[in-house]
Amino acid sequence: MDQFLINIFGDNIIKYIIIPVPALIWVSLFALGAVLAERKISAFMQDRIGPNRTGKWGILQTVMDVVKLFQKEFVFPLRANKVLFRMAPFVVFTAAFLGYAILPFSSVYIGVDLNLGLFYFFAITSLGVMGLLLAGWSSNNKYSLYGGLRSVAQIVSYEIPTALSALSVVMVAGTLSMQKFCVLQSGGIQNWYFLGGPGGLSRLIMVPFLLSSALILFISTLAETNRTPFDIPEADSELVAGVHLEYSGMMFAMFFFAEYAQMFAVSGIITTLFFGGWQSPFGDLIPFLNSPVMQIFWFLIKGLFFVFVQIWLRWTLPRVRVDQLMTICWKYMIPLAFVNLFALGLYLVL
Amino acid sequence: MPYYTILFYIFAIAIIASAVIVVTAKNIIYSAVSLFITLFFIAGLYVLLNADFIAITQIMVYIGGILVLLIFGIMLTSKITEVELTTSNLSAVPAIIFTVGITTIIIFVILTTKWNTKPPAVMTETISQIGKLMLTTYLLPFEIASIVLLVALIGSAMYSRKIK
Repeated sequence: MDQFLINIFGDNIIKYIIIPVPALIWVSLFALGAVLAERKISAFMQDRIGPNRTGKWGILQTVMDVVKLFQKEFVFPLRANKVLFRMAPFVVFTAAFLGYAILPFSSVYIGVDLNLGLFYFFAITSLGVMGLLLAGWSSNNKYSLYGGLRSVAQIVSYEIPTALSALSVVMVAGTLSMQKFCVLQSGGIQNWYFLGGPGGLSRLIMVPFLLSSALILFISTLAETNRTPFDIPEADSELVAGVHLEYSGMMFAMFFFAEYAQMFAVSGIITTLFFGGWQSPFGDLIPFLNSPVMQIFWFLIKGLFFVFVQIWLRWTLPRVRVDQLMTICWKYMIPLAFVNLFALGLYLVL
Repeated sequence: MPYYTILFYIFAIAIIASAVIVVTAKNIIYSAVSLFITLFFIAGLYVLLNADFIAITQIMVYIGGILVLLIFGIMLTSKITEVELTTSNLSAVPAIIFTVGITTIIIFVILTTKWNTKPPAVMTETISQIGKLMLTTYLLPFEIASIVLLVALIGSAMYSRKIK
């Protein structure tokens, strides 16, 4: 894709403008689909019907919701801080979308194949924290402020197990580049890192540690995206709605888009680190299934599976308390992540 | 003009403008947010210099760590945000003398130094080299820095405790 665009435009700035466009289109389509899927799945799990009036089986529901949000007036709280209040949703969405720069959709399409890709992703996550803080504070509403403070405290704490569990697989693979992660896991499902990665039979010793690392990564990214059971920041029964309480119209939609964009981004990270990225599970047995276009399909299908698990958990588990949240993080996940890191390091040295 | 140069000037102007706001803003929140913009664009300058590792570390440490902590502290103490900061000059004459002096020295140094202007080496992978250097040649400074940080952490935890 890079080479192709260079051929057309030369080493021109237009290239850098075109590259993010497919990812942006995917984020918008995904957010629309995921909101509908979330409502349909929740309805199915709770034995309800769910949206079924707009379009066939209600598939136009979220499209109509967006049309409604476009038409809405942007209501401005009287004593809110005007500049920061306007700025915050854009900071949040930009930070969420910046993470897509390193998602390897296919061997030919990636925003930029940084050799520090994973490190970049974790740094960008902390940018979104700024936006949440600003939104919470500038709304001049105590519930918003509480929501903002809670989500920041939560994200900052859960960054540690996220980074540690990702580090353990980085140690095994010996790279931080997202494309290299995918290339290393070529050759079918048995070479993916949740099964120990490529290598002889002795690599099976690593399987329990890598599997638990994948699990820790999934749980802590769940907390970082503020999803149930870790949705304390927007606990609707206590805080009404969290940081986006005072926002209306498209400003509110920005927060919504950011949340869903982040859901897919972290799923993409888990997919790349542990589940082969864009690799087909059949390896090179059927070469057609590993062509660049099919790679996009595999990456999206794996990512969507993890999004589905996130939605599934949301409608299955109740919300944890604040002290339970911190206990899970500091007393269980971080020590376990350290044990994994240590054990894998020991194995790699020996 | 190549667009890297255009980007450089955009970054430079944004850094200077937001840094001026950091100093002159009457509201401490505005200062903190402008500091955020300044640090972010400085990371952009690092990217233009091919220093990708430093750029990302800048975002991670300064924005994700220090600045979030700073704003967290400001927001929890609502009394600070209400106060108007004094940003007027108390002693203008000595300040002008000092700044003019320092500026002349800096300009003098810039003009007289022989700058090493050979084109930068093409770096394919910085992180592995940085990692190797950090654990071989610069192991001692690295370890000392981590011990200093640990001491600071323990010290601040001790001071913030209530003494019974």
